[in-house]
Amino acid sequence: MSKSERPNPLFRNLNAKVASIPMILTASVVFVGGTLWTVLYSFTNSKLLPRLNFVGLDQYYRLWATPRWLVSIENLLIYGAISLVFSLVIGFLLAALLDQKIRFEDTFRTIFLYPFALSFIVTGLVWQWLLNPDFGIQHVVRDLGWTSFSFDPLYNSSIVIYGISIAALWQGTGLIMCLMLAGLRGIDEDIWKAARVDGIPMWKTYLFIVIPMMRPVFITTLVIIASGIVKVYDLVVAQTSGGPGIASEVPAKYVYDYMFFAQNLGQGFAASTMMLLSVVIVIVPWAYLEFGGKKRG
Amino acid sequence: MRYKLLTAAFAATAALQFAGPAAATDLEVTHWWTSGGEAAAVAELAKAFDATGNHWVDGAIAGSGGTARPIMISRITGGDPMGATQFNHGRQAEELVQAGLMRDLTDVATKGKWTEIVRPKSLLDSCIIDGKIYCVPVNIHSWQWLWLSNEAFAKAGVPMPKDWNEFVAAAPALEKAGIIPLAVGGQAWQSSGAFDVLLAAVGGSDAFLKVYKDKDAKFAAGPEIAKVFKAADDARKMAKNTNVQDWNQATNLVITGKAGGQIMGDWAQGEFQVAGKVAGKDYTCLPGLGLNEVIATGGDAFYFPLLKDADKSKAQEVLAETLLDPKTQVAFNLKKGSLPVRGDVDLNAANDCMKKGLAILAKGAVIPWTDQLMSQDTQKQKEDLFAEFFAKPDMTVEEAQKRFADLIAAAD
Repeated sequence: MSKSERPNPLFRNLNAKVASIPMILTASVVFVGGTLWTVLYSFTNSKLLPRLNFVGLDQYYRLWATPRWLVSIENLLIYGAISLVFSLVIGFLLAALLDQKIRFEDTFRTIFLYPFALSFIVTGLVWQWLLNPDFGIQHVVRDLGWTSFSFDPLYNSSIVIYGISIAALWQGTGLIMCLMLAGLRGIDEDIWKAARVDGIPMWKTYLFIVIPMMRPVFITTLVIIASGIVKVYDLVVAQTSGGPGIASEVPAKYVYDYMFFAQNLGQGFAASTMMLLSVVIVIVPWAYLEFGGKKRG
Repeated sequence: MRYKLLTAAFAATAALQFAGPAAATDLEVTHWWTSGGEAAAVAELAKAFDATGNHWVDGAIAGSGGTARPIMISRITGGDPMGATQFNHGRQAEELVQAGLMRDLTDVATKGKWTEIVRPKSLLDSCIIDGKIYCVPVNIHSWQWLWLSNEAFAKAGVPMPKDWNEFVAAAPALEKAGIIPLAVGGQAWQSSGAFDVLLAAVGGSDAFLKVYKDKDAKFAAGPEIAKVFKAADDARKMAKNTNVQDWNQATNLVITGKAGGQIMGDWAQGEFQVAGKVAGKDYTCLPGLGLNEVIATGGDAFYFPLLKDADKSKAQEVLAETLLDPKTQVAFNLKKGSLPVRGDVDLNAANDCMKKGLAILAKGAVIPWTDQLMSQDTQKQKEDLFAEFFAKPDMTVEEAQKRFADLIAAAD
C-alpha cells in the first residue's frame, strides 16, 4: 500500500471499468433516457405516434377520473399486500422446516422450487383450469359428493384478485424459500448452540436472533417480491385477461392496452409515469435509510 | 474451394435480384387471419396474387387484431414496412396515413374505377383521407346478427323467436330447462359489440348515428338511449351464467345447444359451418336482431406502406388490383363467410344467412360501423365500460348510461 506513486483512482481496476461500459450505456441511454422521454411525452396528446403537442396535465386528470385505473390501483394494493405478506411468511416457514435437517431435503426443495421454472403465462393457464368451476377444483369436489360446494374465484368480481394471488404465490414462494434457506444456512452454528445452552426455545431463537441476523436476505427478497408486484401483467392476462368485466385489471395492463390497443400513447405514458412515481415513493425513503445510514455508521 | 462456391452462390442471387421486372417480386403481406376458415380464405388471395407472376409471402400474426395491430404499426413506424397489411377499415390506420407512411392508391383506384364498383359507397369513403384513397376494402363483416340454437328452443318447448323481444320473453323458459339464454364471452369487445348491435336494433339506425357519428352526448343521456340500456340490462341478466372467455367458445355453447343464442358478427357462421350445422335447420340467424334489418359495413381492408423499392411498389399495385378482382372476391368471401365489396359478383354458393345479408345490402340498408366512426381510444373506453356493466350486476342502468354519455361527450 506504500507505493511511491499513488495511481489515479479513475484507472484503478481498469478492466472492470471497461467491461461495465456497455451496461452503463444501456442503463443511462435505454433506462434513464427512455424514462425521461416517456415522462416528457406523458404531457402531450400523442395518439398513435408520439407528437410534441403539450396539453399540460390533461392525461393525468383523465387517468385519475377513469374507473378502470382506480380499480387497477386497488387491485395492485390488494395483490401487493397478499404476495408480500404471504410469500415472506410461507417462504420463511418452509425454509425453517427444511432447515431441520430432515431427510430428502433436496427432493422437497426441488418440488417447492419447481413452479418457479414455469413462466407466469403457463402458471396462469394452469390455474385458470384449476379454478374453472366446470373443470377444476369445484368440479372435482362436487363429483366427490359435496354438490353445493362452490369455488369459482376467477368468475366472481369481488374475489377474483385473490384467485390470481393464489397462482402468484404458488409460483413465487419456492424462490423465496430458497433465498431464505440460503440465509438460514449462513447463520453460524455456534449461535444455535449458544441459544440452546441458554435454554431459549426454538421459535424465540428464530424470531429474535436469526431473523434480525438475516436482514440482508430479507432486503433482497423484498426487492425481488416488490418488483414482481409492480410489473404483474402476464399472470392476469393468462388467467382472466382483466375480467370478469374490469374486476382484475392491473396498472401494467392499463398501460399496455392504452398505448397499443387504444392507440393513445399519451394516456399510456401518463399511467406508466404514475407507476414509476409510486415505485420512487417506496424506494427513495428506503434507499435513504439503507445507504445513507451505512455511511454514518 | 468453399469460398469460391459461396461467391458463386452470392453472384447468382445477386444476378437474380437484378434480373429486372420480369422476375417474380416477393411481397410480404401481414394479417391476423389464422383460424381454419380464415386461413383458407387467405390462401385464395395468395393463389390469385401468385398467378400474376408475383409471390405472396405470408405474414400471419396469431392472436387476433388486438395483438397483431401493435406489431404491424411498430413495423411500419420502425422503418421495416411490409408490402401490404390488413387493418379493419376505418380509423385504425388514420395516423399512419397522416404521417405519410402509407401509399396513395388514387391512381390505381381511378384506373380500376373503384368508386363505381365498390358497394356500399361508405366502404371506400373510409379509405379516403384528404381526397386520396389509401386502402382496398376486401370484405364486409357485419355485427348485426343474433344466432339461435334450434335445439335449445325445442328442448325448452318454446317457439323460435322472430326478434329480440320474443327472445327476451323466452328467456325464463330457457333458464328453466337449464340453458343459458344468451352467451356473451368474457372478453371486453364482445359485450361492447353486443351493446352496439342493441343500439342499432332497439334504438334504430338514426339513434346509432346520432350517438356514434354526431357524438350527441345529450341524446345519449336521453330517454331513447335509456330504452337501449334497458335492453342491455336484459342481455346481461340473460348472459350471467356464461363462464367462457373467447367468442368461439360462446358460439360453441350455441352450437351444442347449451345456450339459446349469441349476438355476434357473421364470422360466427364459420364456426357453425365447421361444426357441420345447417342454417335454418340447426341454427337460425336474425339480422338486426329481427327488429331493424341493417348491415353495418365494417370489415377488412388492405393498406400499402410507402416503399422505396420500385419493383415492390409495382407489385403493390398488382396486389391492389387483384384484391378487387371479381373472381378473387367470390373465392375469398365464400371461404371467409363475409360479403363481397362489389355488387356485380355472383354468389350462388352462399348459404341462407349470407343470402339474407346480401338482400339487405342490395336494399341499401347499411350503417357505418364503430371502427369507421370513432377513434380506437374512444372504443377502448367504451369496451371498458361495457365489460364492467356486463360483469357487475350491481352497476345500475342509470349509472352506466351517465358514464356512457360522458364518454360520448369526450369522444373523438
